[in-house]
Amino acid sequence: MNVIELQQLRFRWKGQSQDTLNIPELIVQQGEHAFLRGPSGSGKTTLLNLLAGILLPVEGDIKLLEQSTLKMNTKQRDCFRADHIGIIFQQFNLLPYLSMLDNVALPCHFSARRKQHAGAIQESAEQLLEHLKLDQKLRQRPVTELSVGQQQRVAVARALIGKPEIIIADEPTSALDSDARNDFIRLLFREAEAQGSTILFVSHDPHIAPHFPRIIELPEVNQA
Amino acid sequence: MILLKLTWHSLWNRRTSLMLTLLSIAISVALLLGVEYIRKEAKQSFMSTLSGTDLVVGARSGPVQLLLYSVFRIGNATNNISWNSYQHFADHKWVDWTVPISLGDSHKGYRVLGTNSDYFLHYRHADQRNLSFADGKSFAGVYEAVLGAEVARKLNYQIGSEIVLAHGAGSTSFSEHKNKPFTVTGILKPTGTPVDRTVHVTLEGIEAIHVDWKNGAPVPGFEIKAERAAKMALQPETITAFLVGLKTRATAFRLQREINEYSREPLLAALPGVALAELWRAIGQFETVLRIITVFVLIAGLLGMLTTLLSTLNERRREMAILRAVGAHPHHVFVLFLLEAFIIALLGSLLGMVLVSVSVLIAQPWVAAEYGLYLHTWWPQLTDWLLLLLVVGLALIFSTLPGWIASRRSLQDGLTVRI
Repeated sequence: MNVIELQQLRFRWKGQSQDTLNIPELIVQQGEHAFLRGPSGSGKTTLLNLLAGILLPVEGDIKLLEQSTLKMNTKQRDCFRADHIGIIFQQFNLLPYLSMLDNVALPCHFSARRKQHAGAIQESAEQLLEHLKLDQKLRQRPVTELSVGQQQRVAVARALIGKPEIIIADEPTSALDSDARNDFIRLLFREAEAQGSTILFVSHDPHIAPHFPRIIELPEVNQA
Repeated sequence: MILLKLTWHSLWNRRTSLMLTLLSIAISVALLLGVEYIRKEAKQSFMSTLSGTDLVVGARSGPVQLLLYSVFRIGNATNNISWNSYQHFADHKWVDWTVPISLGDSHKGYRVLGTNSDYFLHYRHADQRNLSFADGKSFAGVYEAVLGAEVARKLNYQIGSEIVLAHGAGSTSFSEHKNKPFTVTGILKPTGTPVDRTVHVTLEGIEAIHVDWKNGAPVPGFEIKAERAAKMALQPETITAFLVGLKTRATAFRLQREINEYSREPLLAALPGVALAELWRAIGQFETVLRIITVFVLIAGLLGMLTTLLSTLNERRREMAILRAVGAHPHHVFVLFLLEAFIIALLGSLLGMVLVSVSVLIAQPWVAAEYGLYLHTWWPQLTDWLLLLLVVGLALIFSTLPGWIASRRSLQDGLTVRI
């Protein structure tokens, strides 16, 4: 199954004379964890926003899980994102006023599908945190007291809960040292594979590339 | 449910800055409720200045003017009424009791009221409360006086103090009745009415200090000593007004008409309740002004809340992006702001209610002791709940602005977490 399929995609910011993105074709298949590489300002984040359904292209088609998200209305796109996509940011992923467990459980409150997949939310969240090496003692602490690496692992648990098909990670390791980075990627892969989620990992860091079966160089696919 | 939980935790996380917003709303709500309460209490206290009296009778003028000088000791009587007329109606078959009132003198700015001891028996205020003595007893002799609570307190008089009355109502009268001083025999408890600011003496006392006067001035070279004056026949020829209590209230209108149509002298009988209501309408304009001011205070409080909400917009951008990423719609973001305003306004209003309630509880004993006013315990009435509804409603309307901005921004920002 094609998890991600872009056809003749063109995007241009309002008031600009040049396209930011012009991608004739890009396909990522299920289980084909992809590393999307490109220097800063090459349109990585724009592409992620397009995939998440937050921005709309000027032209072309975006299919996720073989459904065209452009044929949906705003609300349907929001629902689709909630149901099928887990997102991990560069940093500051967590709501500082919620506990670790509540942060992880958040997507289940906005998506009935992920809630259903998660089953008992509390247990699923605890299990994920356990697998991501966030033990019982850490869970009692306010999330603001966690290290960056720990916070990023909580974000992974949140992205994974309820088994969404697609995990989008936007430079999640940029604030981590190399040990923590390798550890993070190993855990992310293990958990994503365990539940059959496909990862799209965006970064400008070439050291991470060897972990991935598929490497997409954005400057090569983007003809803008 | 999740939105409520998010709002609550988010509010709690920012509690220090929000506490001030909450407090400003609480204070403006407390002011609004407090003004409403004071308005009601003032009206009630005013309306019960005189109770248990069925008719007030004086020379013909207007009912409000009659009430002003006979009960509130404001202004002067246009004319006196004859002792004979007073006697005529005092002996009337429907009349239970009468209390004569004679005004015209003063003591250091406080009005002197000549009457008899029936005054202390029949004069009632605030729900049929009798006058009672804080100290001493009623006057018995010609040169004895009973002071209202404020007179005694402000001028620092005790039982046995000697006071000199002055002719006329001004505070600095040049013609004083120095040769006939009065002794204080009693001091009344505070009543919260003009009685507190009155010096009470006997009708005979009033006559005695004026025996050697003519046309409002002492007759030169003709002075009658106090002891001799006291032994003279001191039947007054005129009094200023009198209060009437009836055997049955049902006859009030008929007696009122009879007095108003009395052929031997032009008299006016007024129903105190009606005249008090008329007077309140005339002076009650300040209510409206107070209300307008408090409404502005409330709006200022809500604008404070709006400012706080708007100022948090930037620092909450990341929060909104995270929520969008986990699947929140822009309208969820909008509702978050509405809920936040709702909680602040509701808690603020409730806190305001507590503030009013506690203030009244604290003020009650003090006001009763100091001013003789019996404040009712504050408890929210239907109008107060409606007011709370109004505050919360306004807060919701105000919060649509930051809510709208935040939800629009969350569309533009998308998943880009700005710090």
